[in-house]
Formats: sequence, structure tokens, C-alpha cells
Amino acid sequence: MSFKKNNLKRKIKNFTINFGPQHPAAHGVLRLVLELKGESVKKADPHIGLLHRGTEKLIEYKNYLQALPYFDRLDYVSMMSQEHSFCLAVEKLLNCKIPKRAKYIRVIFAEITRILNHLLAVGCHAMDVGAMTPFLWAFEEREKLMEFYERISGARMHAAYFRPGGVHIDLPKGLLSDIFLFIKQFNLRLNEIEDMLTENRIWKQRLIDIGVVSSKMALEWGFSGVMLRGSGVKWDLRKTQPYEIYQNVSFDVPTGTNGDCYDRYLIRIFEMKQSLKIIEQCLNNLPQGFIKSNNNKITPPTRPEMKQSMESLIHHFKIYTQGFVVPTNETYTATEAPKGEFGVFLISDNTNKPYRCKIKAPGFTHLQALSFMSQNHMIADVVTIIGTQDIVFGEIDR
Amino acid sequence: MKNIKIIIQNLKNIIKIFPIEKIQIYNSDITLIIKHNILLDILLFFKNHILSQFKILTCISAADYPANKYRFKIIYELLSIRFNNRIKIKIFISEINSVDSTDKLFLTSNWYECEIWDMFGIFFKNNKNLKRILTDYGFEGYPLRKDYPLSGYVEMRYHETKKRVTIEPIELSQEYRTFKFLSPWDVK
Repeated sequence: MSFKKNNLKRKIKNFTINFGPQHPAAHGVLRLVLELKGESVKKADPHIGLLHRGTEKLIEYKNYLQALPYFDRLDYVSMMSQEHSFCLAVEKLLNCKIPKRAKYIRVIFAEITRILNHLLAVGCHAMDVGAMTPFLWAFEEREKLMEFYERISGARMHAAYFRPGGVHIDLPKGLLSDIFLFIKQFNLRLNEIEDMLTENRIWKQRLIDIGVVSSKMALEWGFSGVMLRGSGVKWDLRKTQPYEIYQNVSFDVPTGTNGDCYDRYLIRIFEMKQSLKIIEQCLNNLPQGFIKSNNNKITPPTRPEMKQSMESLIHHFKIYTQGFVVPTNETYTATEAPKGEFGVFLISDNTNKPYRCKIKAPGFTHLQALSFMSQNHMIADVVTIIGTQDIVFGEIDR
Repeated sequence: MKNIKIIIQNLKNIIKIFPIEKIQIYNSDITLIIKHNILLDILLFFKNHILSQFKILTCISAADYPANKYRFKIIYELLSIRFNNRIKIKIFISEINSVDSTDKLFLTSNWYECEIWDMFGIFFKNNKNLKRILTDYGFEGYPLRKDYPLSGYVEMRYHETKKRVTIEPIELSQEYRTFKFLSPWDVK
């Protein structure tokens, strides 16, 4: 038997590998089916839903106040930003105004949450790419921020501090001066992290020109937040559709020029600095006054009041058993969460429970574009792209 | 939101072209209710018209009203970066109807449609890759429909003797208690 040349011809087909769901760079539970040609990625098919807990269904069975803590547990690194969206949605349906002090407190903590999130995003991104140190430094700082969380709500992460109609309790004594001390030293920490990364040769080689998204494609894929700004679209809900007191504070919105991972990293660092600026302005202008609306049909009375007056006791009892009734209406309310536009689509039906609560998570749309962004990149770059998208599965799987 | 005037002006022109069922304006939220067969045309119009430029499809959500003839409501949330405005486009469909997929117009709509298919069982015609996205492989039923129980029908666990994951009908020692009362003492 002799070998003929055309017998030796083989058909080559692309190689398919499975990535995750238990890979440390998968940021939780992402299962990726990668189609490879040699070492370059032709197609990435994310399989999500491994952390699906049915939050939207559960919320339909809880009253508005009980539904609030679920929002902490969606994106578990930017807790209060999500409560914020939900509170604003409920307030919009109730047509309820909140006191100025509550607004300032909300903004302070929304920005603290932004720093909390970006520290994790940059830290984990650096670790995925191979730099261990910034991750540890970032977590040191996160610890301090979570201490602030603990001091106002008793919980380090799942605070449930923003409530429809204001915030839960007033700030404890000395918190503001500690936040001030924090922002004074945090700039230095940020510079240290930047020293490690920004001009780092390896970091630049791994990030520049990786996962480039043009502004047209970013719009097409429905990007928001840092992902959209990285592609050069100047769009920040805090500026364009301001809520709370964002129109009264001055801050800059950074945008990228190339739309690659490096630009998005720079924007995250810059945004943290802007957050510090916002917090400092809020600390200086924080007014005295109430921290929640005095409409006792929506917000519970204070503890001493409840012990003194019968009416307050009834209000207190009614709020924590029945909750409050929201008139029939529907709204889509979005805030600029650290990851992008976090929206809550709420349908009320004149009862104490939401009829439907759809959660628009920014990560969901970003992850969808993973296949597009990682096309013709190496496998190692897929990890970089997952890192730059700042994926957290709590919000994607809901 | 100064640009809302432009949008409203534009809406007046749209009514002349498209049969729009209803326009709702609440605060500054504009909602258009349309028939589902003209959905693609309306979206194309809003996406590309020079005075609307709703380039971003923020999200697609659905809601279930089992008592209605047109059971499902689907809401398309559009965002115009150019004019800094949002608009909602709403369609109503029954259980047996299907909706035209919008994934040719907006790349982002693919997963949102998958999610609605997964959660409500609304079929999207011509979707490139309609699949169950959030639920488990081999899951049955549409969880976000109102007639689907909160606890579901089956439970999965690792079976120690069989040495594999088993799916069994769910058995609850106590029924889930839904407190239907709105207010025990409110007799209106």
C-alpha cells in the first residue's frame, strides 16, 4: 500500500475549548465556549445563568421595603448604587420629594460605592493580567470604605441604607471627619496604584489596542458607563440627566480616544479622583435637617417619636407589616452606577407589592459584546477583556 | 430635557405616517403604544430619523397580565444620546403570537429577547440565536409568568447514593405563605 498525496490532506476545523465556570479569571461563574483558530479566538459564546436566583420573581412577592435588600445582592461590589436606582424609582412612582440632607448623604455614599467598585475593577483587572500588588493595595482601601458602610448601617456590604423617602438613619458622630481623612490619604494610595500600572511596560503591552470598540459599535451594543465613555462618547447620567444634587457639584467626565482596555483603565482611575472631588464638595456643603421625608405613610417615624406618640406607633406598625401602597403607574429610572447605567423598570398596581420589576444591569449588555470584542485576539486577551468589562455575575444573572 | 419639544414635534409627524394606538406622556416619559406588526418600522424610524436618533436600545422588558386577551406587554426602552431623551415603545401580544426580532436593528437586543423567551415564553421571529439564557440547561417552564409558582416545580440536589445530581418534584414542608391582605382594617 502506498500513500497518495491527497490521502494525506486533512480537513482542519476550529478547536473549541471550555473556559470556566470555575476559573479565577472568570470573575465568578462565567462559562465561555471559545472557538479557536490556532491561538486566536474566532468566537466566544458566554453561557450565563449559573448564578440565577430569580430576583425579579422574588421581588414580585415582597413589598417595596422588603424588595430593597435584593438590590444589594445584585452587583455585590456596588451595593448602594443599585439601592439608589430602586429608591429613585419608588419615589418617582410615589411622587415623593426627599430632604436635601438625604440627597447629599446619598451622593456621598453613591460616590464611595463608585470608588469601592472601581478599586475592585482595577485591582482584579491587574491581577488577571498578572500584577498582584495593586489588588492587595486596593483591598486595603476597600476595607476602609466598607468600614464606613458598617458605621452607617451595621453591615459591611449589604447595607440596605437608602430607603424610599430618604436614608435609614442619620450619620453617626465623627463619620464625616473620618471620610475627610480618608479622601485626603486616598489620593496618595491612588497615585501608588498608578505608579505600579499606568506606565508599566507589561501592563501597557497587555492593554493597549486590546478589545477596541468604536463609538458606533458601542452604541450599537447598548454600552453604558465606562465602556461607552472609553469609546469617546461623552455620556454620564450624572451630567446629562442629573438626579439628586449632581447638578450642584462640579466634576469632569473623562472620555477615551482609542476605545481600548487601557483607556477604560485610565477612565476608572480618573473617575475615582472625580468621586473624591464630589465627596469633598458634599462634605463641605452638607446641610443640616431631616434625613428622610416626613410623610409617615412612606417612611417610618423615629424611634423616640414612636415611643411617645400613639399615631407614630401605628405608622411604624403599618410600615413594617403592610408597607406602603404605590398607585398604579410604571417608570423606568436609571442611575449612573459604577458599571454603567443601572435601570429599574417598575410597574406598580395600587398594592403594596410591585407588579413587575425588571432590572436592567449594565453588565448584561457588556458581556453580550464579549464575542465581538475578543474576535481575533489571543486567549489571554479574553481574560483582559472580561476584566475591563468589569463583569460581576450577581447583576448579570440576577 | 429641552429637546422634548423636538421629540413631540416629531411625534406629530409620525402620527401621520404610522398608525399609533396611543401616546402617553407622564412627567417627561413618552410612551408609544403600537401594534406589534409595525414594530420594526417604528424602531427603524426612531433609530435613524434625524430628529430622533434613538441609537441605543437600553432594555427590553416584558410583563404578564394573564387576565387580558393580549397577555404580554413588551416595552422597548430607547435612548437618544444626541437629544438626551428616552422613549418607550410598547406592544401587546397574546400567547400564540410571535414578535419580530429586532436584532438586525440593535445588536444588543439579542440577549434581551433570549431573556424574554426564557422567562415568558414569547417567541421572537428571525432571532439568530434564540436560546434559554438565564435558566439551567434543560429547564422547563417560563418562570416570570404570573401562573408560575414562586418555588417552581422541581428541586435539584446531589444524590449521595446515586452519586449524581437528581431532579425531583419539589416537596415543601410548609407552603409559601403569601399575605394577600392589603390592609386588615381598611374596609373600603
